[in-house]
Amino acid sequence: MPSPTETAPLHLQTDILVIGAGGAGMMAALAAAGQGARVLLVDRALIGRGGATVMAQMTVAVALGSELPDSIAAHFNDTIAAGRGLCDPRLADIVTRDGPAAIEQLDAWHVGWARHPDGRIRQAHAPGHDKARCVYVDFLNTGPAVSKTLRAQLQRHENLITRAGDLMITDLVTADNAALGAVGFALSDGRPVSIAAKATIIATGGLTRLYRRNSASLNMSGDGYALALRAGAKLIDMEFVQFFPIGHLAPRMIGMDPIMWDPFRYKLGGRLLNSEGRAFLADYGESADAGYVTTRDQATFAILKEVEAGRGSPAGGAWLSFRHIPEEELRAAFGPVIERLAANGIDLTQQDIEVAPIAHYHMGGIQVTPGLLTAVDDLFAAGEAIGGSNGANRLSGNAITEALVFGEHTGRAAAARAATRQVRWSDAAAAAALARVAATGPARADIAALVVELQALMADKVGPFRNEAGLREALARIGTMREQIGDTPPGQPGPYDMARIDWFDLRTMLLVAQTVASAALSRTESRGAHQREDFPAMDQDWTVNQVISLHGDELEIVTAPVPVLERAA
Amino acid sequence: MTRPVAILLIERALPGQTPRTERFEVPFDPGQSVLDGVRLIRATADPGLAIRYSCINANACKECMLRVDGKVVYACMRRLEPREMRVQPLANKALIRDLVTEIAPPDERIG
Ligand SMILES: Cc1cc2nc3c(=O)[nH]c(=O)nc-3n(C[C@H](O)[C@H](O)[C@H](O)COP(=O)(O)OP(=O)(O)OC[C@H]3O[C@@H](n4cnc5c(N)ncnc54)[C@H](O)[C@@H]3O)c2cc1C
Ligand code: FES
Repeated sequence: MPSPTETAPLHLQTDILVIGAGGAGMMAALAAAGQGARVLLVDRALIGRGGATVMAQMTVAVALGSELPDSIAAHFNDTIAAGRGLCDPRLADIVTRDGPAAIEQLDAWHVGWARHPDGRIRQAHAPGHDKARCVYVDFLNTGPAVSKTLRAQLQRHENLITRAGDLMITDLVTADNAALGAVGFALSDGRPVSIAAKATIIATGGLTRLYRRNSASLNMSGDGYALALRAGAKLIDMEFVQFFPIGHLAPRMIGMDPIMWDPFRYKLGGRLLNSEGRAFLADYGESADAGYVTTRDQATFAILKEVEAGRGSPAGGAWLSFRHIPEEELRAAFGPVIERLAANGIDLTQQDIEVAPIAHYHMGGIQVTPGLLTAVDDLFAAGEAIGGSNGANRLSGNAITEALVFGEHTGRAAAARAATRQVRWSDAAAAAALARVAATGPARADIAALVVELQALMADKVGPFRNEAGLREALARIGTMREQIGDTPPGQPGPYDMARIDWFDLRTMLLVAQTVASAALSRTESRGAHQREDFPAMDQDWTVNQVISLHGDELEIVTAPVPVLERAA
Repeated sequence: MTRPVAILLIERALPGQTPRTERFEVPFDPGQSVLDGVRLIRATADPGLAIRYSCINANACKECMLRVDGKVVYACMRRLEPREMRVQPLANKALIRDLVTEIAPPDERIG
């Protein structure tokens, strides 16, 4: 039994609380400290290691113009076009305008962008962009390099930035529709923790762990969406989950990012084949010599339709083939990665591999103003946790750009806000959340299995293709699962209690799954990443966003006109 | 034909306890990692079994370090084999629970 002193709540105080230490959270912390604010940067995993940023192996899209002449307007236009009419152009404007500065900042911090012999930063051409626009760190090392660089910068600001890993935030604390801070628990001993802050930033990343096949880490359960919704903030575009078309399916590999085949395709032009050996993307509108241009939603659609028609690969996807590419060319492009494939028994000159769509990114998220403020005062959000800037579909490479740019913006905005605030804390406002993390409940053996069941349910009924019957079935089961898990976590506060962690995750995942399924049910059209079998066409009248709020236990969904960008004359 | 199994002998304890070894059998599929095996045990047999990991498959987070048959490895990189494998926490780090040890840098811990 842990002694009572070990589990006595710990109370911390700071100017700015940043929840989540991925690209967005680390940038936010650095920007806020740059304004002289004291920052507490927390993560449920280790700092800079738990989320998508460190896993991203590919590219970052910015109109740097170092490969070919480029313009902010061209990047903006591509982003808006990919979003199928639903992007908040004010947010897309910020990302595309400030992207180059973020890339130059990281360059100055020695991230190591791949360069030409003459010193120009290399930019690759990724699908959906009108030209080569995507910077990267070789070989397949972009995310790890970005994370490492930002972690090193954090250490240089130790006087202002306190880092706390293994700290899981479970609820925000609010009074009078303003954020006062947050409550959570330390994973290493289970101790309840409360944090008072003048301003709070949610930078918890996405939700793709909701799905059976995903590119997610353990920490991508959509925590920020649930935190925000319960605190009174609103979510937008929750129906738009991006499936990455060519996620690795078979043979089983270890030590490789499941989305690693993308750069192989756009650097070398791998061919996507059905069981008859046919390059089927042509049947869905890709022209034979245009290169790798099909956007993610179109490619996902094509692969799943082939599987449905009985022309899938044995494991239920498509074949990806590089056999037409000479070995020297493969080696020149991917160096040591070829060795890592060989260790997995894969020789691309001899064999095709199987790929299938996997849940990869969330376009939707917390609704924010162009100042990155949520509907709750003193509560900001950044990175994949926010919705709006990508509309119905995201362009390859834009996610890291937005994590960096929005992170920087929120850090500065929160610091400006904190400068005008005193810490206000209310034990009463935090009481219910603290009681939950301190509670003792009956042990239970079903929690990890319930997570697996929810992932299957979401994949089968709320995946890339949806219909009314399936969505209603999913919502009904989500409701009964919520009753099944009840209001009390199993066990008692203690060191690294994974059944208890799973319970808090499931509490989050069920609420977030409900928002995705509900928004998917009410959008009676197909657009971008949201495809309804019963409403297969895009409907002009649906060129609106859906905004979700929580009232007691009830979700409310309203439609809202897509914001317009008023450019200064 | 019986399906091949991997047998994981997992050392479990809380700080200060004498470790006990528990035996778990999981169906073996070629290409799986030791982490795959432990996650399967959590989902089907014992959700309380503690192991630290984030990225699962990407060799990115570096959180899943432990010992297999006495050697320090990343659980997500070490292949599962259809035989008995001994899985233990790192020996040189403070134990938190089961396979989880205190690997966070000291300046990234609270309180
Ligand atoms: C495998 C993979 C490859 C990708 N490749 C690319 C690419 O090449 N280019 C591109 O542009 N985009 C890519 N993306 C998308 C991109 O990486 C992400 O959208 C982006 O990094 C998100 O950054 P973030 O800071 O918002 O969130 P993350 O980097 O996900 O960080 C969120 C952090 O919050 C923490 N957290 C979550 N919940 C809590 C809680 N309750 N309490 C405390 N902490 C919490 C997590 O542990 C995590 O560390 C990829 C994504 C994946 C998964
Ligand atoms: S789980 Fe991330 S490196 Fe093993």
